[in-house]
Amino acid sequence: MAKNKTSIRVENVSMKFNLNAEKLDSVKEFMIKFITGKLHYNEFWALTDVSFELEKGDRLGILGLNGAGKSTLLKAIAGVYKPTTGHIYKGGKIAPLLELGAGFEMQYTARENVYLYGAILGYTKEFIDSKFDEIIEFAELEKFVDVPIKNFSSGMRSRLGFAICTSVCPDILILDEVLSVGDSKFKMKSEARVREMMANDATVLFVSHSIEQVKRICNKAIILDHGKVIEMGEVNEVAAHYMEMNGIVEEPEDAGNK
Amino acid sequence: MKKYLKSFKSYTFLLSELVKRGIRLKYRRSYLGILWSLAEPLMTTIVLVIVFGTLFGRSREFPLYVMSGKLLYGFFSAATKSGCKSVRRNASMIKKVYVAKYLYPLSSVLFNFIIFAISLLVIIPVCIYCGIFPQLQYVWQLIPGLLNLLILTLGVSVVLATLNVFFRDIEYLWNVLLMIIMYLCAIFYPVERLMDSGWAWLLNLNPLYGCIDMFRGALIGYQVEFYYFAYSFIFGVVTLIIGLVFFKAKQDEFILHL
Repeated sequence: MAKNKTSIRVENVSMKFNLNAEKLDSVKEFMIKFITGKLHYNEFWALTDVSFELEKGDRLGILGLNGAGKSTLLKAIAGVYKPTTGHIYKGGKIAPLLELGAGFEMQYTARENVYLYGAILGYTKEFIDSKFDEIIEFAELEKFVDVPIKNFSSGMRSRLGFAICTSVCPDILILDEVLSVGDSKFKMKSEARVREMMANDATVLFVSHSIEQVKRICNKAIILDHGKVIEMGEVNEVAAHYMEMNGIVEEPEDAGNK
Repeated sequence: MKKYLKSFKSYTFLLSELVKRGIRLKYRRSYLGILWSLAEPLMTTIVLVIVFGTLFGRSREFPLYVMSGKLLYGFFSAATKSGCKSVRRNASMIKKVYVAKYLYPLSSVLFNFIIFAISLLVIIPVCIYCGIFPQLQYVWQLIPGLLNLLILTLGVSVVLATLNVFFRDIEYLWNVLLMIIMYLCAIFYPVERLMDSGWAWLLNLNPLYGCIDMFRGALIGYQVEFYYFAYSFIFGVVTLIIGLVFFKAKQDEFILHL
């Protein structure tokens, strides 16, 4: 496939949240506040004027401290959040690997969840039928196919989520801290699968607190700070700058994962 | 419009999975399973007939009269309750993957409708017991009766689902309103009692009563006044349109409140 084809274009995206001083979710409180004119929100801009463009096959690492807006940006690209202003162009099928293990139906068995979850991700029934064994095998859950998910450990759930989400060959892969799922054996397996997709020219958006991992996987990086992009460029340069900025010393390979 | 139809078509597999989930989970781990949808209305009808038949005097068709009111009200109540919670219940999915959100209230109404359709089978033994058999010139009223009921239930569910995202009280408030609606459906008292009093207008304002009346007319064999067809249809369609417009306007904000 031809390179230098735009895969994702984020144009001036801003995302505003209304933070209530107190949580308001009952009619009575709302009415009282509304009538007495005390209904005001604290605005919070999780993202301000974020723009960038990725070509097909680019792997973008998103660096930033907690609360910098990394996950908000990924969710906006995944389509879960609608940006308050701005526009996001996406070329192709997206596999969002966000909060793996969440979104399952707890009373359902693993088998039923594969179908339900697959349907939510937009797979067809035939596709799931054909991939079913592969998904269960990858998640290493052969013995638990007909056990309700509520009895699973969180590691097992995450593995299943990862296996379902990555059973397609997506054009765009969104990874939010997901390569730290499961034991070290599964970690290696999942990283191998992500690399396989990268070899297929998938565009990757990657969030991780392990800078080593970002350097290993990505070719580009941005730094987010309080919702603004403060730097964008080649991964090693940006990562070096980021470490310097936050006073992080170069760490040995596995220290961050422990 | 064409665009909507096309996107709806792409969701048919997901919709069927969501409907299946509702039906499966409702009777999971119960011995009688789906048979409960027959046994439950039968048992309540027996109790109601004994109690209110003794109080009001029992005519030949009274068991059929009670059962049809009970079944239709039962569907309306179960479907709107689950429709009301539908968006909140699926919060963890909504936070992860973008799918058209109207699928959640729609699927909860549909799965309740399927359970309701199965439960209609208990009408047969009751007809035999009462010795009343539907006559061709009246039985067609079943179709507008059930259709109006479905439209009305969908409309109410969409409105409730939207409101419930912003105010959790709606769930509890709706339980109270449902009780009032139940008394205004003439389920277990002869309708003439209310019609002869000064409160007839209350019954005539209840669109659900129109649906129940058509259903009864079809089974017991009488022609329902045109007013009830028209009123329950218009009420249902208007509610559905308002609900959909409201839902569409607010759906992008859901995620911020879940």
